[in-house]
Amino acid sequence: MSILKATDIGISFGGVKAVDGVSFSVSLGQILSIIGPNGAGKTTLFNIVSGVYAASGGSIHLAGEDVTGLAPHELAARGLSRTFQNLQIFQRMTACENVMVGRHLQEKCRLLPALFRTPSVTRQNRETRAASLALLADVGLKDVADIPAGSLPYGACKRLEIARALAAEPRVLLLDEPAAGCNAVETEEIDHLIKQVAERGVAVVLVEHDMKLVMKISDRILVLERGRPLAEGTPREVRDDPRVLEAYLGQHGAREAARA
Amino acid sequence: MMAEFLQFLISGLTVGAVYALVALGFTLIYNASGVVNFAQGEFVMLGGMVTVFASAAGMPLPLAALIAICAAIAIGLLLHRFAIEPARGASAVTLIIITIGASILLRGVAAIAFDKQFHKLPAFTGDTPVDVLGAAVQPQSFWVLGGTAVVVLALYVFLEHTLVGKAVLATAANRLAARLVGINTTTIMALAFGGSAAIGAIAGILVTPITLTSYDVGTLLALKGFAAAMLGGMGNPVGAVIGGLLLGLLEAFGAGYISSTYKDAFAFLVILIVLFAAPQGLFGRRVVERV
Amino acid sequence: MRALLNQRFVTLAVLAVVIAVLPLLFPSSYYFRVASLVWVSALAAIGLNILMGQAGQVSLGHAAFFGIGAYAVAIGPTHLGIPPWAALLIGAVLSAALAYLVGRPILRLKGHYLAIATLGLGVLVALVITTESRWTGGPDGMPVERLSLFGWRVSGSYTWYWVTGGLLLVGTWIALNLDETPTGRAFRALHDSEVAAQVVGVDVARFKLQAFVIAAVYASLAGSALAFMNGFINPDQAGFLHSVELVTIVVLGGLGSVVGSIVGAAVLVTLPQALTIFQEYEHLLLGLIIIVAMIFMRNGIVPSLSSLLLRRARS
Repeated sequence: MSILKATDIGISFGGVKAVDGVSFSVSLGQILSIIGPNGAGKTTLFNIVSGVYAASGGSIHLAGEDVTGLAPHELAARGLSRTFQNLQIFQRMTACENVMVGRHLQEKCRLLPALFRTPSVTRQNRETRAASLALLADVGLKDVADIPAGSLPYGACKRLEIARALAAEPRVLLLDEPAAGCNAVETEEIDHLIKQVAERGVAVVLVEHDMKLVMKISDRILVLERGRPLAEGTPREVRDDPRVLEAYLGQHGAREAARA
Repeated sequence: MMAEFLQFLISGLTVGAVYALVALGFTLIYNASGVVNFAQGEFVMLGGMVTVFASAAGMPLPLAALIAICAAIAIGLLLHRFAIEPARGASAVTLIIITIGASILLRGVAAIAFDKQFHKLPAFTGDTPVDVLGAAVQPQSFWVLGGTAVVVLALYVFLEHTLVGKAVLATAANRLAARLVGINTTTIMALAFGGSAAIGAIAGILVTPITLTSYDVGTLLALKGFAAAMLGGMGNPVGAVIGGLLLGLLEAFGAGYISSTYKDAFAFLVILIVLFAAPQGLFGRRVVERV
Repeated sequence: MRALLNQRFVTLAVLAVVIAVLPLLFPSSYYFRVASLVWVSALAAIGLNILMGQAGQVSLGHAAFFGIGAYAVAIGPTHLGIPPWAALLIGAVLSAALAYLVGRPILRLKGHYLAIATLGLGVLVALVITTESRWTGGPDGMPVERLSLFGWRVSGSYTWYWVTGGLLLVGTWIALNLDETPTGRAFRALHDSEVAAQVVGVDVARFKLQAFVIAAVYASLAGSALAFMNGFINPDQAGFLHSVELVTIVVLGGLGSVVGSIVGAAVLVTLPQALTIFQEYEHLLLGLIIIVAMIFMRNGIVPSLSSLLLRRARS
């Protein structure tokens, strides 16, 4: 029973088919990784699925509902959340406030009570802050809660984005290169975090380049090349697929994967 | 009927040519430095005013005009050197405020150096209207249109066919990359400011015989020039020229056929409508945000 | 949390003290008039700051709403027989309605396109005001009937100093309230990254519109207050130069800083008054001061000064 199902997705930019005929599905608690060389269309695919770009063809179903063409905030309301390859944190807000914005859909947001800061608004604020601090603790950022996010180091910002995405209590989480720029220890922590999230019943779709991570935690892997699907299957199947080895992993990558 | 239409057409193109030149000046500076220069209109004002006062001081008109252009270029370079360069890296809105401050400053200087009266220049080839298919056209209109065409052509040749021009285009496309290939972007930006000032001054000299000039004509001109640049798509020189001409035509036809009291309204009303339909202007590139 | 609560309280307390104590330094009613003008401009600026500083949208036509508020309380009583206080409310409603109607399409624009669209809006409103002289008195303006509340006629520079000061306090309180609310966070989030705000569920279009309407209402009330205070109004109050002045106040004081808007208003309103002694050099000096101030305090007065003080405190 898939929670997210993309069928035959396609998009063109000025004549270049960035994504062409891609389909995939993922169930609750499952981890699907999308891999492929740079320019394969992975982030573009994410942008389509999360409503940032409008696909020129294909459809997306979320929990059985056709959500093709919906705006990002409407998808968020239906339980879809994501992180970004090029960090999109709120630079001038504190780390805690970043996560608190993530709780936006969980909050009652009415203008007049906000303008006059009624007691219910103050109370809700306290609750949101508490929930956000808990999420920050989950990703190991509790100590920097009140520091402007813009001054945090790169690895911390990556974890902050994950915390913010989780704050929305999603059913489906799209992670765009969460371990990029992270060292071995940080990657291990991200690995652990992702597994935890999946265990809690969230469907995770992952774009990553770190083959060790991908092979280790994925239930299924989809390989893209130049916007088209190349192969799909379990880590073992993909690793041994000669087309994949030829097009992407190469000799070095294959050795890396064999060691994982 | 036809005569009236032609009348509006030509007067619309004439004033549109001035807007086009102001818009072109905006575009040049914006492309080279990312700054929206609200002092652009003051260059037009300086072109007219300096010429008036220089010729009143006894100089022949062509020399006075040349002095005016040089003065404007000097002011443009000073503006870049002392107001824009020091604020490099500041946010876009801060830079806009700085150029607004510069426009106030220049107006203040003009009020002192010159005066607050309206001034006129003699038409280059006389005042006798020329008959064009029934419409009475001032000869100065031809000077304005011709002069604009020459400036636009010269700019095109400069940008597309000279090395320095290509450097300007490169800086506009990607400043960092331009620096990495050895282009001195600071010099390029100064050049853009000087060039814009010259273009503005020329516009002022050409149109003063028709519309007169005074120390504060710059503001409304800057607004309309900016609007024209937006209409055509910010950053697009061709768009700027077409935007300017369109704006002039809209004003002339609107004032002539609909209501002359709301002359200024037509331009802005149409711009609002265009932008609602095409948020990047008529010729602006649809920029896809990379996330 | 306790500390943040204090900051809001402290700001309001200091402002209240300043408003209360300032009159002790005023040798004549002229000073009360200037100060009232500062309070009114600050009120309009605070509203604009919510739109520009928090939600990050630029508006170069904001004086339009100021003008609507001003002319509503002029036209209402004079031509339509509406009591002044009702005209004030109607002006605010009209401004909010215009902002709501025009806001949706306009706020889809970004950057310079948004700037020119708001500029166009401002020019159009000012044009209508200047042209429809049967209603508005045209370029020469028109007189405004004084405000009377429950039989008490509100007039005199002394009275208006306290009224506008009070309005400013309320306006400041509301603006500060927004900080720790989902609405305020939504504003600041969409300013920093629209796409990130969207993917966590913030309906960016709705919140931009809210900020626009709030700013319009602030400006309208400020405009009405000025009209009542002066007993007279002219189209310059809705003009482009006034819009520019408002934006300059916000940016000079510090985008995003409520206190900054008040400081910016104080500087930009009193400076020309102080500069009139230089007579014809007034504009020259004003322009120069703006340029120099923005070069050396590029984030605005209040943020620049407070980071300077922070650095001193740390060393």
